[in-house]
Amino acid sequence: MGITKVFFFLPAVILLSIFLIYPLFQTIYLSFTSPNGQFIGINNYINILSRKEVLNLENFPIPPLGALIHNLLWTCIHLPLSIFLGLIFAVLLRNVKGGTIIKSIIFTGMVIPLIVGGLLIRFSFESGPGIVPAFFQILGIKSLSKNWIAYPDTALFALILGSVWLWTGFNLVIYSAALVGIPKEIEEASMVDGANPIQRFFYIILPLLKPVTLTTTMATFIFELKTFDIVYISTRGGPGDASMTLALLMYFYAFRGLDYNSAATVAVFLTLLTLIPAFLMIRQYIKT
Amino acid sequence: MKILKILKNVTINSIAWLIGLLWILPLMGILFASIRPYEEIIDGWWHFENFHFTLENFFKAWNHESFPIRIGFINSFIVAIPSTILPLIIGSLTGYGFARFKFPLRDYFFLFIVLFFAVPFQSIAIPVFRILQTSKLLDTYIGLILVHSSWGIPFATLFMRNFFLTIPIQFEEAAKLDGASDFKIFYKIALPLSLPAMASFSVIQFTWVWSDFFFALLYILSPEKYLATQCLPLLKGLYHTPWDLLSAASVLLMSIPLIIYVLFQKYFIRGMAGWAIKG
Repeated sequence: MGITKVFFFLPAVILLSIFLIYPLFQTIYLSFTSPNGQFIGINNYINILSRKEVLNLENFPIPPLGALIHNLLWTCIHLPLSIFLGLIFAVLLRNVKGGTIIKSIIFTGMVIPLIVGGLLIRFSFESGPGIVPAFFQILGIKSLSKNWIAYPDTALFALILGSVWLWTGFNLVIYSAALVGIPKEIEEASMVDGANPIQRFFYIILPLLKPVTLTTTMATFIFELKTFDIVYISTRGGPGDASMTLALLMYFYAFRGLDYNSAATVAVFLTLLTLIPAFLMIRQYIKT
Repeated sequence: MKILKILKNVTINSIAWLIGLLWILPLMGILFASIRPYEEIIDGWWHFENFHFTLENFFKAWNHESFPIRIGFINSFIVAIPSTILPLIIGSLTGYGFARFKFPLRDYFFLFIVLFFAVPFQSIAIPVFRILQTSKLLDTYIGLILVHSSWGIPFATLFMRNFFLTIPIQFEEAAKLDGASDFKIFYKIALPLSLPAMASFSVIQFTWVWSDFFFALLYILSPEKYLATQCLPLLKGLYHTPWDLLSAASVLLMSIPLIIYVLFQKYFIRGMAGWAIKG
């Protein structure tokens, strides 16, 4: 390879080395050392797991349960819900007059800054201006007509449901694009064979969407793990750590507590969790 | 049979529009809150018996005494524009290199760079803070722009490489026979053909940097330098939540990405889906 060809890569290599690669390894290093720079193996990791803000099963199943469990809950609720809704809406909106407008409405959640999204969630779940508590008041469900943000048993779920509202647009758009790619003939043939819409969905559409579902699942998973802005602006992880997430906890450790080693440990843990699906996704991407 | 079909059609359409209506409610809420006095929306923006239109909230947020959104807007533009152009140029170069040059372990290097696309910010936050501090770039826009640009490079590289691969190579080979240099072929032939991909990347990257809160929070520390997203949480009072201010500021803040989305919808969606779906 000629010397001029090297110049195509040089700027990227320099910037990535300084601001991505070196810092990443530095963070990994920090996670294995004590504040005075001694190598202490996996002690930081063990130490983290014994902290209440990370893992706390005293009041199980009512939050605060620790950031680790909160992230797990977030994934268990948000992932299936946003994928399912995105898929159903994509199928439904194909034959609807003005479907593009509805799609754009749902996609808006992806366009607005997450910090605004977080504020919108708070606005919708706060009693008074919020429409969610008002809705449950009309239904006469007292336990859900309160200020969701202010109570430990509801704050986390308000954020999770709110983030479904924000993220479903992504899955909807991806599935819509994939559905366009399915030849009409396949569906028509199954109609002639007498398959009803539900059979068509499960036996024709769903199997054809399998590769795309891997993508939406991975992207959604990565989004969930990184959640920071939404929590920061709406609850700051409160009340009493009841909506704390790993990403926010890392920030508090590092930039409020100045405990860089614990923060780095949380960061490495988060990175590992995102790299596994990212690796799968990129492998599939390169294959196609 | 025909009536049944019409009935079915009507049902599907109504369900779809009901979903659309439900989905837009939070946005409508914040919009109404921003154009009405605080007292009218504090018990629910959906009460319209008493409706007064006002732009007062916008003026208050725009010219806020401590954290004016007006200054935040200017600062955000100062950061977001270079943070879009820089990775676009660098990523195009790298993307072209990966698409056209042959060298050992190429695909592994590519995979390595692209993996950074998924790495969470948290994983580099502390060391980058120290790097900026030692290089006197902490609390400067140049520092933040460099961080954002570096962060944009993996996406730009991936996006541009994939686009370059779709361009027929014949033009470039002809130019090579005429004795053109690699760099000349790149910017005279490949780059002009890849304008749509550049537009897609720019639209996404700009929106991304504009919307960023995490990096700004960490690396911009002087209040007069705060970006727009940093001002938003600071408008929140200690004991009560001034929804008049917050809603107006929210509408202002999301207006820029929304305008970009409306104007460049095609590029926006393509950029979003670019890494998820081929083509």
